[in-house]
Amino acid sequence: MYSVVAVGTSWGGLSAMRTLLGGLPEDFPIPIVIVQHRGKDSDQMLSRLLQEATALSVCEIEDKDVLEPGRVHVAPADYHVMLEPGFASLTIEEPVRFSRPSIDVMFDSAAATYGEHAVGVVLTGANEDGASGLAHIVGRGGRALIQDPKTAEVAIMPQAAIRAVPSAEVLPLARLAPRLVELTREESKPRRTRSTVV
Amino acid sequence: MALQVAEAPSAGGDSDKQEFKPDLERIEIELLLEGIFRHYGFDFRAYAYASIRRRLWKRIEEEGLGSISALQERVLHEPEMMEKLLLDLSINVTAMFRDPGFYVTFREQVVPLLRTYPFIRLWHAGCSTGEEVYSMAILLREEGLYDRSRIYATDINEVVLQRAKAGIFPLDRMQEYTDNYIRAGGKESFSEYYTAKYGGALFDQSLTKNVVFSQHNLVTDRSFSEFNVILCRNVLIYFDKTLQSKVHGLFYDSLVMFGVLVLGSKETLRFMSHEDCYEQIAPPEKIFRKVK
Repeated sequence: MYSVVAVGTSWGGLSAMRTLLGGLPEDFPIPIVIVQHRGKDSDQMLSRLLQEATALSVCEIEDKDVLEPGRVHVAPADYHVMLEPGFASLTIEEPVRFSRPSIDVMFDSAAATYGEHAVGVVLTGANEDGASGLAHIVGRGGRALIQDPKTAEVAIMPQAAIRAVPSAEVLPLARLAPRLVELTREESKPRRTRSTVV
Repeated sequence: MALQVAEAPSAGGDSDKQEFKPDLERIEIELLLEGIFRHYGFDFRAYAYASIRRRLWKRIEEEGLGSISALQERVLHEPEMMEKLLLDLSINVTAMFRDPGFYVTFREQVVPLLRTYPFIRLWHAGCSTGEEVYSMAILLREEGLYDRSRIYATDINEVVLQRAKAGIFPLDRMQEYTDNYIRAGGKESFSEYYTAKYGGALFDQSLTKNVVFSQHNLVTDRSFSEFNVILCRNVLIYFDKTLQSKVHGLFYDSLVMFGVLVLGSKETLRFMSHEDCYEQIAPPEKIFRKVK
């Protein structure tokens, strides 16, 4: 029933994402989109470091890239990412709360486009980006997972997300990947996302 | 032209359609954009949907309204509201020497090609407030090419063109621009190009001696000349794929053979009908050369 996993993280995110992605099987059935806060001049090092940790294929998003099942799509530095039906658009609109990419912007678009088919995941981080976007995902019927702040390198971001979405599932880092696998298998019939080039 | 927002008909099956069935909000947005086009002539119907949606909601929240339809009522009946929305919908975020690595590559890979031309015509499409136009003018001057160059700098928006012509940029960004300039391979002292004046940094007016600023709409206007270089960075990202493809047709028609097309660092020609007509000169920079 889910079509996309949207992940947001900041401080401590690299290590947390390596754990998360490392726990997902090669045949993970839906796309994963990641916003990790980082400097505007940072290069593709982040994608390379993530690629080392996972069997899934990792790529940095270019404008209108098709979201593919089992692929990890990483927001590029200094662009916002917005999810559209089956693909991702980039913009250089103003930073939101000092962040570009902004987790809230990506989550809001996931909520608007995917509704109940979106899963939002908030990991470690030192600011509150992602909390309101996660609430939008849940408000449109999607699902929220939050890294247990006790297992987070920095607890501020997951704590803010918990305050914004008290109904979210809060799980230790090591439990997030298995839970995502369960969620995507909840319905017997696998669903594919639309990956038509428009 | 039919409504061309991102939710174009899919080649997928019925289950897909069900999954992405346009919700009421989408219907409202399409109606609003259609209304704006028919009443005011501004065509945002083929803009990237998620971004348009976000900016409409920002305006709705600022006005204390409750829905897209409520905004439609105001926009269609109050030209002042349309003016506000027009500014919301045009993204004018730019910087001098944005992506310094691009300028380094341009100097190394494109300038030698340009030296072979007696006269160089460049088109800066979607130049916004002009920061990148001044950047290119500086680069061409430092490479000794400026005097035989002409830059056509166009934008849909007259307001930003006026600011581009004035050449006054915020003083508080000069440190950032200086850093960019140095990393972009700048050969002089950046501060020599501007003087602090009128509460901003006023750029050397001789930099615009060979620049023609003019209004041009990529959505509706045609090609107006042939160019050796077309620069269009981070403009097409606001369009849907159908419109992107159409504009690429316009660029193709406006480039001389072996002319150079420059896109933003996260833009691509993939899946565009003109993809095969170009070769990428220096990956990962998005600098393409028309080869057929």
